[in-house]
Amino acid sequence: MGHRKGMEVSIAVSHAVALARAEAIAAYPITPQTHIVEHLSSMVANGELEAEFVNVESEHSAMSACIGMSATGARTYTATSSQGLALMHEILFIASALRLPIVMTVANRALSGPLSIWNDHSDIMAAKDIGWIQIFVKNGQEAFDHTIMAFKIAENSKVLLPTIINLDGFILTHVVEAMNFVDQALVDKFLPPYSPRHTLDPKSPVTMGAFAMPEIYTEVKMKHQVTLMDSYQHITAVWDEWAKLTDRAYQPVERYKADNASTLFLTMGCLGEVAEIAVDELQAAGESVGLIELRLWRPFPFAELRAALAGANLVIICDRALSPGGAAPPVLAEVRSALYALSHRPQTLGYIIGLGGRDVSPESFKDIYAKARMEVAQGPSQEFYLYGVRG
Amino acid sequence: MDKFGVANSQKYDVYASRLMPREEFFTSGHRSCQGCGEALAVRWVCKAVGKDAIIAHATGCMEIVSSGYPQTSWMHPWIHVAFENTSAVAAGIDSALRILHRKGKIDHMPKVVAMGGDGATADIGLQSLSGAMERGHNFTYVCWDNEAYMNTGIQRSGSTPFGAMTTTSPPGKRSFGQSTWKKNMVAIAVAHGIPYVATASPSYPFDLYFKVKKALETPGPAYIHVLTVCPTGWRSATDLSVRLGRLAVETGVFPLYEVVDGRYRLTVEVPKLKPVTTYLKPQGRFRHLREPQINFIQQQILERYELLLKKCEAPYPEFPSLAPSEEGALWISKD
Repeated sequence: MGHRKGMEVSIAVSHAVALARAEAIAAYPITPQTHIVEHLSSMVANGELEAEFVNVESEHSAMSACIGMSATGARTYTATSSQGLALMHEILFIASALRLPIVMTVANRALSGPLSIWNDHSDIMAAKDIGWIQIFVKNGQEAFDHTIMAFKIAENSKVLLPTIINLDGFILTHVVEAMNFVDQALVDKFLPPYSPRHTLDPKSPVTMGAFAMPEIYTEVKMKHQVTLMDSYQHITAVWDEWAKLTDRAYQPVERYKADNASTLFLTMGCLGEVAEIAVDELQAAGESVGLIELRLWRPFPFAELRAALAGANLVIICDRALSPGGAAPPVLAEVRSALYALSHRPQTLGYIIGLGGRDVSPESFKDIYAKARMEVAQGPSQEFYLYGVRG
Repeated sequence: MDKFGVANSQKYDVYASRLMPREEFFTSGHRSCQGCGEALAVRWVCKAVGKDAIIAHATGCMEIVSSGYPQTSWMHPWIHVAFENTSAVAAGIDSALRILHRKGKIDHMPKVVAMGGDGATADIGLQSLSGAMERGHNFTYVCWDNEAYMNTGIQRSGSTPFGAMTTTSPPGKRSFGQSTWKKNMVAIAVAHGIPYVATASPSYPFDLYFKVKKALETPGPAYIHVLTVCPTGWRSATDLSVRLGRLAVETGVFPLYEVVDGRYRLTVEVPKLKPVTTYLKPQGRFRHLREPQINFIQQQILERYELLLKKCEAPYPEFPSLAPSEEGALWISKD
């Protein structure tokens, strides 16, 4: 069925895109996304991937070209990071409003300024309201699997929404990892060719991107919201189908040694694997602690998250982005609002960690655990904490 | 050439008007202003484009007057995404058509046309246009140049002519209106080394029609810059739109020419240019101008016209041809 092989995660992602038989790619280079598009470019140049690769002059044009490609009926892919995602910002909303199933990898990186090429989640958190499906992965295997599955989710006629796979920059993109690959026959069976109902076709002309007066704008927005929330069932159905084919199962909210734990960490992306080590060590030391890894960011899995967190006394939410001047960093804010409706809700404490590539080790989690317990005992002095900050 | 300075080829076109297609692709019911030169240009360009084409349109007057959900004036497959990215959208369409054709998912390649106003072309969309031209996409870009941001209320653009009053280049104690000369989009397009560039005007519909045909038939990028009279923004009488378009040509303000593989050629010859005041006077946007400014404009127009004539006489093209032979033509798509 498949084979196991060591490979840089970026290269594995580009292989996943090729296995999905992406037909049109428009991309602009930005660190640390480059290895993905370089490898795709070489696969197209060598004839290994039957696709058009367009070297656009900016990320704004990358997303714009992707819209043109997808609207014409081609299976469309792009990848970006940080400033690139920010430059696309305007067009991201239009891609989802036009209901075009573009798949994009975001190699998460800090936003400037100051300029930083290193990892955090400030790029995607600034784009959380773009109306796309947004998924976080924590290792290379997940990056590979979810890239293929993203096409199937996005192209589902009940969904038709663009999809982002978030991949931590450098920490994941540039790491070499052993992964289980699947062969082309399996992917072909799993993912049929893209055949959209409406395309830009002179034989049956349609107008795409009409403007909306106040009489209709709200209804269009409601439809988008309903579709995005309803996409949940189709996302999990695709993941279940993949699990049957590959024995690799995925949940919107992953629980790691979380049963009956009094304290839960909540992470997104590759921090999960680091936190797992800390949880192992803390449990060995007799602490009642577990881990919740939030995989599906949009649509936000309210019910699952409530179920996963409800039994705990304390949830330590780890954000990799700051919401300057806001009530809380983005993940903390959403988790708190999800828990608010519960009559018996766990206490929540927010720790912002790993900004701009600041290293986060299992010791960091153990330290946060100790600090959080102390805060709880004393009564928290702040709404959230910037962990490890000097001065 | 007759005594009115009208070229014989132009007269021939007048007699040939019955041969023009009757099918309308930009249909009535749109909400453009009375006397809109742009709507007239769109109608003619779409006739020349024909049925088998896909259009990407920038945000702007023409998009707003024609595509209010649930209505549309466009008989073509048509997409509007944003203001500054029409060329990138068209590039995406062109690339998708190529791969779908190569894979046998579509049986032929429709033409790809991108359209945008002067702001969408010369200002905010210049980068994406430059990128698409540089990459050699097979598409035709048509710029509707009404010389300001008319859709938002007549603000100056890089394409607004010297001296013109707009809401953001108002004349005053320290201002005579627009203080810069109009950006030369044609020269910018030509500098990309693309095979076909032209100016056109709906006041010369046959000239416009055949230029669009030529642009579409040319493999690779083509750029057509259309001057479209805007009575609302130019403060001119609505029944003067066609006349003003003609005066722009007859005074040398907006010469009609084409640049094929880097070689310039006037398509409408004007043996004796009329004084520029005949063009400026009917327009309220120039009403505040005094003699020194008008003289400066007149002198500039003549100098620039002379320069254009020299380019037309040049024994060598502006750039070496990128398509040296039928087989080796770079603009021919990979399939």
